Amino acid sequence: MNTKAANSGSGPTQSGRPARLSLADWMPKIVMAPTVIVTLVCIYGYMIWTAILSFTGSRMLPSYKFVGFDQYERLFNNDRWLVALSNLGVFGGLFILICLFLGVTLAIFLDQKIRAEGAIRTIYLYPMAISFIVTGTAWKWLLNPTNGFEKMMIDFGFEDFKFDWLINPDMVVYCLVIAAVWQASGFVMALFLAGLRGVDGDLIKAAHLDGASTFTTYRRIILPSLKPVFFSALVILSHIAIKSFDLVAALTNGGPGYSSDLPANFMYAHTFTRSQIGLGSASAMVMLGCVLAILIPYLYSELRGERHE
Amino acid sequence: MSNPSVGRKKSGLDKLLRVALYTVLLIVAAFYLMPFIVMLLTSFKDVEEIRTGTLLSLPSVLNFESWSKAWSSACTGSSCGGISPYFMNSFQIVLPAVAISTLLGAINGYVISLWKFRGSDLFFAALLVGCFIPFQVILLPMARTLGWLGIANTTTGLVFVHVVYGVAFTTLFFRNFYQSIPGELVKAARLDGAGFFTIFYRIILPVSTPIIVVTIIWQFTQIWNDFLFGVAFSGFDTQPVTVALNNLVNTSFGGKEYNVDMAAAIIAALPTLAVYVFAGKYFVRGLTAGAVKG
Repeated sequence: MNTKAANSGSGPTQSGRPARLSLADWMPKIVMAPTVIVTLVCIYGYMIWTAILSFTGSRMLPSYKFVGFDQYERLFNNDRWLVALSNLGVFGGLFILICLFLGVTLAIFLDQKIRAEGAIRTIYLYPMAISFIVTGTAWKWLLNPTNGFEKMMIDFGFEDFKFDWLINPDMVVYCLVIAAVWQASGFVMALFLAGLRGVDGDLIKAAHLDGASTFTTYRRIILPSLKPVFFSALVILSHIAIKSFDLVAALTNGGPGYSSDLPANFMYAHTFTRSQIGLGSASAMVMLGCVLAILIPYLYSELRGERHE
Repeated sequence: MSNPSVGRKKSGLDKLLRVALYTVLLIVAAFYLMPFIVMLLTSFKDVEEIRTGTLLSLPSVLNFESWSKAWSSACTGSSCGGISPYFMNSFQIVLPAVAISTLLGAINGYVISLWKFRGSDLFFAALLVGCFIPFQVILLPMARTLGWLGIANTTTGLVFVHVVYGVAFTTLFFRNFYQSIPGELVKAARLDGAGFFTIFYRIILPVSTPIIVVTIIWQFTQIWNDFLFGVAFSGFDTQPVTVALNNLVNTSFGGKEYNVDMAAAIIAALPTLAVYVFAGKYFVRGLTAGAVKG
């Protein structure tokens, strides 16, 4: 960056300026200082702090008696954690796939010069403005077997209709998927729609002149050019999935039992209510690892892309 | 992008396809709208109607009782004063947090884009990570810090937390926006004797309105909808409305009052929904800006 600035400007550069430093020269650094300090302490410092705690035997209060990898060993022998992890796999996988599929499909459909496109888009996207707590509350009511969807179908005359996923330990994780997809898929649609509007119109015209059908045009030209959007959406959705905490709290509270726990809920319960700070910290570090595993390749490709500009 | 089929003669098949297309779009729209409609219907029913009716049955009369109960007398865990005090708490948290984080973001973005110094780009990259970390990793140390600072369980503490973890996003927004301002503008102004803040007030701020609106809306929605920080760092009297709503729904003295739950949920969602309805364009812009680069 510095070399770029030095090459591009004919005027004085930061490094080349004479020693007469005025307050104005310090101002940028002074105003940035609070953010720099807070970031270093509250993001990186705390990360290290949590990392350290995860190697200690801390229970109700942090203690600094190191126990090596014991907490991680306990973590991966803990059935509740394993359930939470596998729930994250199922929930995250389905949530991401369905959102991507719905997002692309709806965006393509909406891009066909639809009348009242604005109104439809507004309807698809409004759940994104709502808190996951509200979403959870709404779907808890819709999915409850006594008064909700099941009862409605029975009253409609489907007397054997059964829909008890919310209280069925094997199926409850799919309830999380339904509610999360409802909330986030419109947003993915908006991302893809923005991407579609950015596709070069001449390219499409050329394809049509060459006799390509609409379907082929989408498959061979338009969708491949949306690869960056796919990539961004994938990163954002996996990020939402890993951080999901409030939806579980509101929709199932982890239940029945702990069958619908996600890692974030495990971490919260062990750190704040079950006096297992060491174990909670270890689980937080595993979550961080998951996020970094997705983030680092993404940022790497983003930054590389910027350099090529 | 233009519709490929425009300009060609419309055949019967094309017409059929378009009918199918609209049908699918409307069914999907119904899926998105349905939960909200059901919530609204349920909130106007009384307990008896809820028991006998179905999700989509209409209330016999518009019954506002559950709304007033949700607002002022429903029990949320420890107290029974409805969710109105917590609704106010949320405003007390959101307004200062949005103002401070937006201001900081504007200044940071200004420096990172137009007053680059050694290490400012590296710092920006480090800050970006702050947009992505799972907050579980900072939860406990932050709880300890708030205790030491004497602002644990206060709205001030929550404002602090939201500013700290919101500034990464606001800086990102402003930085991306200011990237398009030519550096020569600042250089010329400096030669004319304008200082750091004069340039910011006179040249940069006047062109920043769109990004300020986007940032404010983004931050407002994020902080209003927060649950994790609210539940981890608030006391009984300082809970934001999301936490109070969750307590209300999960408190079960006696019978379950779904109508009150639904009224409370709608009340909790109203401010962000209002923002979305009145400033949807900026909301979407914030989402995509925050998403594509963040």
